[in-house]
Amino acid sequence: MRIEDCSFCGRPAYPSKGITFVRNDGKSFRFCRSKCNRNYKMKRNPRKLKWTKAYRRNAGKEMTVDSTLQFAQRRNEPVRYDRDLATKTMAAIKRVSEIRARRERVFYKKRMAGKREKELAIARKLVAENEHLLPRLRGSEKKRLAELAAQGADVAAEEELLSARKNTIKAFGGEQRRIKVRVDGGVEEEVETFRDEDDDDVDMED
Amino acid sequence: MKTTWKDIPPVPTQQEFLDIVLSRTQRKLPTQIRAGFKISRIRAFYTRKVKFTQETFSDKFASILDSFPRLQDIHPFHKDLLNTLYDADHFKIALGQMSTAKHLVETISRDYVRLLKYAQSLYQCKQLKRAALGRMATLVKRLKDPLLYLDQVRQHLGRLPAIDPNTRTLLICGYPNVGKSSFLRSITRADVDVQPYAFTTKSLFVGHFDYKYLRFQAIDTPGILDHPLEEMNTIEMQSITAIAHLRSAIMYFMDLSEQCGYSVQAQIQLFRSIKPLFSNKLVFLVVNKIDITRPEDLSPELQAELQTILKAGEVEMLQLSCNTLEGVQEVKNAACERLLAERVNQKLKAGTTSSGAIGGRLAEVMARIHVAQPMGGVAPETFIPEAAKNKKKYEKDDPDRPRLAKDVEVENGGAGVYNVDMRADWMLKNPEWKYDKMPEIFEGKNVYDYVDPDIEAKLAALEEEEERLEQEGFYESDEDIEDDEEAEIMRKAELIREKQQLIRNEARMKKRLKNQAIIPRKFVKKPLSEMEDALDTLGVDTTEIAERARSTAIRTRGRSLSRLGTADADSMDVDTPKTDRQRLRSLSRPASRHPANRRDEGVADVATRSKAERIAKLNQKRMNRMARQGEADRHTSASLTKHLVAGKRGIGKTNRR
Repeated sequence: MRIEDCSFCGRPAYPSKGITFVRNDGKSFRFCRSKCNRNYKMKRNPRKLKWTKAYRRNAGKEMTVDSTLQFAQRRNEPVRYDRDLATKTMAAIKRVSEIRARRERVFYKKRMAGKREKELAIARKLVAENEHLLPRLRGSEKKRLAELAAQGADVAAEEELLSARKNTIKAFGGEQRRIKVRVDGGVEEEVETFRDEDDDDVDMED
Repeated sequence: MKTTWKDIPPVPTQQEFLDIVLSRTQRKLPTQIRAGFKISRIRAFYTRKVKFTQETFSDKFASILDSFPRLQDIHPFHKDLLNTLYDADHFKIALGQMSTAKHLVETISRDYVRLLKYAQSLYQCKQLKRAALGRMATLVKRLKDPLLYLDQVRQHLGRLPAIDPNTRTLLICGYPNVGKSSFLRSITRADVDVQPYAFTTKSLFVGHFDYKYLRFQAIDTPGILDHPLEEMNTIEMQSITAIAHLRSAIMYFMDLSEQCGYSVQAQIQLFRSIKPLFSNKLVFLVVNKIDITRPEDLSPELQAELQTILKAGEVEMLQLSCNTLEGVQEVKNAACERLLAERVNQKLKAGTTSSGAIGGRLAEVMARIHVAQPMGGVAPETFIPEAAKNKKKYEKDDPDRPRLAKDVEVENGGAGVYNVDMRADWMLKNPEWKYDKMPEIFEGKNVYDYVDPDIEAKLAALEEEEERLEQEGFYESDEDIEDDEEAEIMRKAELIREKQQLIRNEARMKKRLKNQAIIPRKFVKKPLSEMEDALDTLGVDTTEIAERARSTAIRTRGRSLSRLGTADADSMDVDTPKTDRQRLRSLSRPASRHPANRRDEGVADVATRSKAERIAKLNQKRMNRMARQGEADRHTSASLTKHLVAGKRGIGKTNRR
């Protein structure tokens, strides 16, 4: 029993999962799921489909050159069982995958370097050109605030609340989660919640 | 080299020759010519005739010359044979005449073609052509005799036996009637005529037989009489030619019984006189008819004389009787054996240089021959290991018999209960490990892919590399600090994007047709609230704008303001009487139109109408007379969809098709 790699997308195909196709020249193809099988039957080229490992490797989106990738290999030489060797192997598997994960993170960071600057530049341009689309204080609100001020109430707090409400985007479900993976292996999680304020807004839209 | 001439095409007589050539000229060339044609065309026409005739003649002569053998090119035996049979001089002259005729015909044609160039008229041209062809025909007519002679030669040549001068040959010769043909009959399947008179055989006969899987030819020659060569006739000369030229074993036949009509003395004498022809050849003295007389029966003088012939050592005496077939096979075998040995010897001699080394073609042949001798002639012995020799035979009842796997099975519960322990014989470094369990999959990896005797070294190398990278700062991460200004920009951009998307969605919704008519923008009604809201969003106070718009709006029929709840709820609806002016300005429903009479439509008065009717009738008149379709015949036929009315009826209902 072994975990094979999907012949189409490159995902691991676990025992009892997926389907194997044996071509009449004896070459066998293991597909991890019916999606891959169907795409294969449609004669699609995995190198041209963005969701496959083949594409990602080809496009330089994954780490392909590294010493950690040399460890797992199908060797056609049988090795006689040795308890010491087996223990060492187990330890090696753990260690190698750890190192590999680290290096992959570094690879990703390097690949994404400069992305933030580019995004910022685009955002700056967008904001500069479309200032008029930014939300403003409504005429009716202004009037209300003026009335309140005339009555002698605390206008500043109210104003702040209103502007804060205008300047946020409401995520679906009222919550936004962000998970960040750090190079040293740690994981950060950010959660942002929004109060659903549509209920008390209703009469304003009339 | 050619040995037979069976495929010479027939030689025509002079008359046939002429007919063939001239009719060919007639058939293959155009025949239409007129005096009115251009002179160059007429000249070309006749020139072509002359030339073509000449070519045909030349071809014919050439084919005759080619098909006959040229005496200088053929084997001397055949040359001499042809000479004796057909007279070489005669033959040569005949062929020479052919060749001369060919040459002459060519000359004639050349001359006349030259003359034709200067001919002035059709008539002149024609006369020149006639003259040319006539002269050629005269030439051929003179060849009557040679043509006849050549045809006879051809017929005779075709019937000559195919004698190969270089193959293994037994040549049978001797006085007439000594039994040469009988011998040939008895050793081969040749059907030779055997008669009890002299000169039954008048030409050479060939028979074939096999000895030691090799093909031999035996040649039966006509009998020879003992007189000088000059006096010999054609029949005898054939024998002499064969004896002189063929590389063969010569079997000189003798009849000691003198039944042939020639004395033994005379036969010995003949042998002596033709002996010069036997040089470099195997010669056998074959004594025939031993059923009547054997050499021992002869008188001592004759025996002594016979011995003198044999004494030279080159001549061997053989005895046979064609009548009783006694000794026939022995004679044949002995002769063949000697002949083969002789030929092999000659070949070896030819292939060997004076120093004794093998060279030339013989060396090539010798190089190809290899006689294999397996193991240098030593028979190998089979190797049996010592243990196999000492092995005890398995006995069921022997108490010391070796324990078999089957015995183990029986001890442990027999088939179906006992399970063979496959691991028991594993050869591991430590036998304790035999029953260890190793996972196949660990942490999502195939463990076998990682099993590698050098894993330790490789892992160490990896760790080293890791340490180096760590020192180089490969893993140091520069976490970017979130700037407030940047965050603000990003947030704003996000808001703008959302807004843009909303605008885009709205536009899309508007554009969507959904099976409705496109309504021009100016007819689409927009509620006041929409404008109000838009302005409000932009931060404008809309109270006044809204009020003004409401006051100027036209009031529609419908519920009164009080019913809408916008007016004072307590007030009562009062009908105020309207002034005339108000009444006039109030909106009214347009009067319903009656269906118009199409007869009166567009016509101002009765006079115009009657005029229009008159004109219409007038126009209709011609239509009616011709029974044509008029205005009134307009008909809208029901248009039937093709698939509903055409085609075979299937399973479905008629009205569903």
